Amino acid sequence: MTAVDVPTTVPAPLARVSLTRRLIRRPIALAALIFLGIIVLVALVGPFFAPYGPNEGSISDILAPPSPEHLLGADSSGRDVFSRLLYATRISVLAAALATVTSLVIGVVAGLLAGYYRGWFDTTASWFTSLIMALPGIVVLLAARTVFGPSVWLAMVIFGIILSPAYYRLVYATVSGVRNELFIDAARVSGLSDTRIIGRHILSVVRAPIIIQSAIIAGIAIAIQSGLEFLGLGDLTVPTWGAMLNDAFINIYSAPWLMLPPSLAISLTCIALTLLANGMRDVLERSVTVRRRARRAVTTKTGSVAAVTTSFSLSGGDSAVTDLEPEPLLDAGPIIHRDDAHSTSDNSEPLLRITDLRVGYEQAEGPDVEVVHGVSLDVRKGEIHGLIGESGSGKTQTAFAVLGVLPRGGRVTAGEITFDGLRLTGSAREGRSYRAVRGTRIAYIPQEPMSNLDPSFKIGFQLVQPLRQTLGLSKKDATAKALALLDRVGIPNPKRTFDAYPFEVSGGMAQRVLIAGAVSTEPDLIIADEPTTALDVTVQAEVLDLIRDLQRERGMAVLLVTHNFGVVADLCDRVTVMQQGRFVEQGPVRTILGHPEHPYTRSLLDAILDEGPAREELDEIEGAQR
Amino acid sequence: MLVFIIRRLLAGIVLLLAVSFVAFTMLYIGGGDIARRLLGENAAPEVVAQKAAELGLDRPFFVQYLDWLGGAVRGDLGASWFTSQAVVVDLSSRLPVTLSIVVGAVLLAAVVSVVLGVLAATRGGWIDGLVQFISVIGFSIPNFLIALMLVIVFAINLGWFNATGYVTFAISPAGWVASVTLPIIALSLATIATVTQQIRGSVLDAMTRDYVRTLQTRGLNSRTIVLQHVLRNAGGPALAVLAVQFIGLLGGAIVIEQIFALPGIGQLTVQATTLGDIPVVMGVVMITAIIAVIVNLAIDLAQAALNPKVRLS
Repeated sequence: MTAVDVPTTVPAPLARVSLTRRLIRRPIALAALIFLGIIVLVALVGPFFAPYGPNEGSISDILAPPSPEHLLGADSSGRDVFSRLLYATRISVLAAALATVTSLVIGVVAGLLAGYYRGWFDTTASWFTSLIMALPGIVVLLAARTVFGPSVWLAMVIFGIILSPAYYRLVYATVSGVRNELFIDAARVSGLSDTRIIGRHILSVVRAPIIIQSAIIAGIAIAIQSGLEFLGLGDLTVPTWGAMLNDAFINIYSAPWLMLPPSLAISLTCIALTLLANGMRDVLERSVTVRRRARRAVTTKTGSVAAVTTSFSLSGGDSAVTDLEPEPLLDAGPIIHRDDAHSTSDNSEPLLRITDLRVGYEQAEGPDVEVVHGVSLDVRKGEIHGLIGESGSGKTQTAFAVLGVLPRGGRVTAGEITFDGLRLTGSAREGRSYRAVRGTRIAYIPQEPMSNLDPSFKIGFQLVQPLRQTLGLSKKDATAKALALLDRVGIPNPKRTFDAYPFEVSGGMAQRVLIAGAVSTEPDLIIADEPTTALDVTVQAEVLDLIRDLQRERGMAVLLVTHNFGVVADLCDRVTVMQQGRFVEQGPVRTILGHPEHPYTRSLLDAILDEGPAREELDEIEGAQR
Repeated sequence: MLVFIIRRLLAGIVLLLAVSFVAFTMLYIGGGDIARRLLGENAAPEVVAQKAAELGLDRPFFVQYLDWLGGAVRGDLGASWFTSQAVVVDLSSRLPVTLSIVVGAVLLAAVVSVVLGVLAATRGGWIDGLVQFISVIGFSIPNFLIALMLVIVFAINLGWFNATGYVTFAISPAGWVASVTLPIIALSLATIATVTQQIRGSVLDAMTRDYVRTLQTRGLNSRTIVLQHVLRNAGGPALAVLAVQFIGLLGGAIVIEQIFALPGIGQLTVQATTLGDIPVVMGVVMITAIIAVIVNLAIDLAQAALNPKVRLS
């Protein structure tokens, strides 16, 4: 690849920087981590510094306010609140750890086994999960408490079991996804035992999500454990945050300050755990998206021409072309053929004029990535203008820019789009300009028919609603018009399709519906983005015929985005060739097909011609079989 | 569709049977000698035996379970060992209190989450920041702490509401509203946090769909697109989350009821737990499981209403 400025300057993943390192660069996550560190430290050594025992009370100190002797005051039994807080921290942290470890061990082991071996283990585990999900955790804990008495530790073990489906589902999903991956097969073939495979390859995949889940579960364990103690259902001899809160709540009118230490301990610990989990998730998600984007960029870089050739093979023939070298870009601007200016009889002002259009995408880090590098184009009234190029060349981005529907993060960074004298982009009233023309004078036919119909609404509604909103038709008139259109685009039973949901019709029918929707407001310009790519070969020709007929009948202009020279030759008056965000050649279809000047155009055309022999061979074989 | 409902109902009944069996086993066998526990360590063996016979605990386990099950099918969950009150009577008088705060919390959460979630997804900016803040607070701080803070601020300091007590709707609608407002807010905050995030996420996801772009090119205004098309498609996942939340709220209500001294299932459960009143605990387990099954069925029906693919297959 010799191109200098391919739009793939996505920052490389911050590889090999450990999760922890990236985590502590975030101030909130760092603060949470430090706070949790302090809590753990207090749990470990706090009790050694406690001035009093946890249950050591004196009658004279009952509900004593904070003083040098009792830093945080004394509770209703005259016990020192500060000392109790230190002891309670130890118990609460241990209890949360017990619940987390219990559910971690059960959930991860069960998830690994069920995901790796499947079978009856899988069935049993999912049954157990739905059983546990049917009851609120606290109800189970209360029932257990009825039978087994008020033990913090037992309650936490049971709670750990209740929470284990969270780990189970996480591990199960990952393992099921990974177990058939090639590297696992490779490991198995090379003779690694199942335990080694699980330990080395699978656990390393789920490690990070498990840490996040653990932070969340520890928070829930602290909440539910203090909840139980707060209800007075715990062991009264064990100091916990919840038990302190219980005592404080009873004396809320006489000694309100007692509320503060346990409330703060519980809420700050829980908030810190949540923030830590959020921070870890953000770091993980970011590295995943960066990696994914980079990979996508690489495929366009190397597989771009391959994409064009496969599409040719789709239109019949063998994709024998493999050695297509992409040509270097000429920065001299597009080659515009001399006969382009008078290729149509109508020489008036163009309907759509694109001048030096640039489209860029915002990046989370670094400058915008530009995908369309200053292109200019005129579409005249009533002409069909082809825009051809490989996938990733920016032709769809150009089309979206004209329609004002660039995906999130994308925007027109420079240049101008003018429609019939009305400036669409770059003006302060951009939104208003688009509202004036979009859906009424400019329409759109998408590439993939199924995903472009809302699956939750009937087809009829999706035709009627825009008609009512843009043209102000009554429901009755809009319905009649929609039915007539469905009939016009060749749908055999319009009424039935009108009442159907999108998933109930075929792809070809859905594309006809979308064409009906596009022409329903009698637009002057239709932008068709590869309208036949997703369809069967037999349906492709019918849809192209339909577009041509409608175009002639209504005198509309069409900007036809495609990667298929066959379609261009069949349908278009003029054509623009696009490569890597630039226009390289523009002119009447006849001229371009007959005398292509730009090397890239020539290589694209050669790709079709090279397929000739391969196709004949195929016919011969078929003939011989017959 | 009818087949679908019947299948879900049967699955629900099987689940209830399983829950009842596991709970019964745990409650009646897990604790060892129940009569001994009720009477204390010092009771004479013959008194303990007499008590066991009186409660029917001397029979074989399966006879006890089938006896209980036979009663349960006919709507008889036995009687409390301490008050001799029929468990069903106790439950039915308390259920409305619990359900009114749980359903109230679900409705409040649904409305607030849709508004906040959609605004956060479509507007971003400070609303998104606010949503993230509420999410962290609501998700991490336990609901009983939130309830305590609400009591301290709005009941004790400002005196806007009564801190405790329950007024039935029949006696005074205004009093009822005043007595359930704080509990509902305390209970709903965690659900608001979770469901808002879910809606924000699925709205953001739905907005990137191809059909949204196509609807834009048809000239539909963005309000119609978001409120009708995006929200409808984002509703499914949010409903599923809300169903899970409903079950969780039932548990949360047990704690919240204690703080506001509401005479609901929670109060009954805590009393029965402390006393070791097994028939009542068993009844509470069953009633929550039944509610869970009903809620899940209702959510399935709502999903079908939202999503034609579910409805028509």
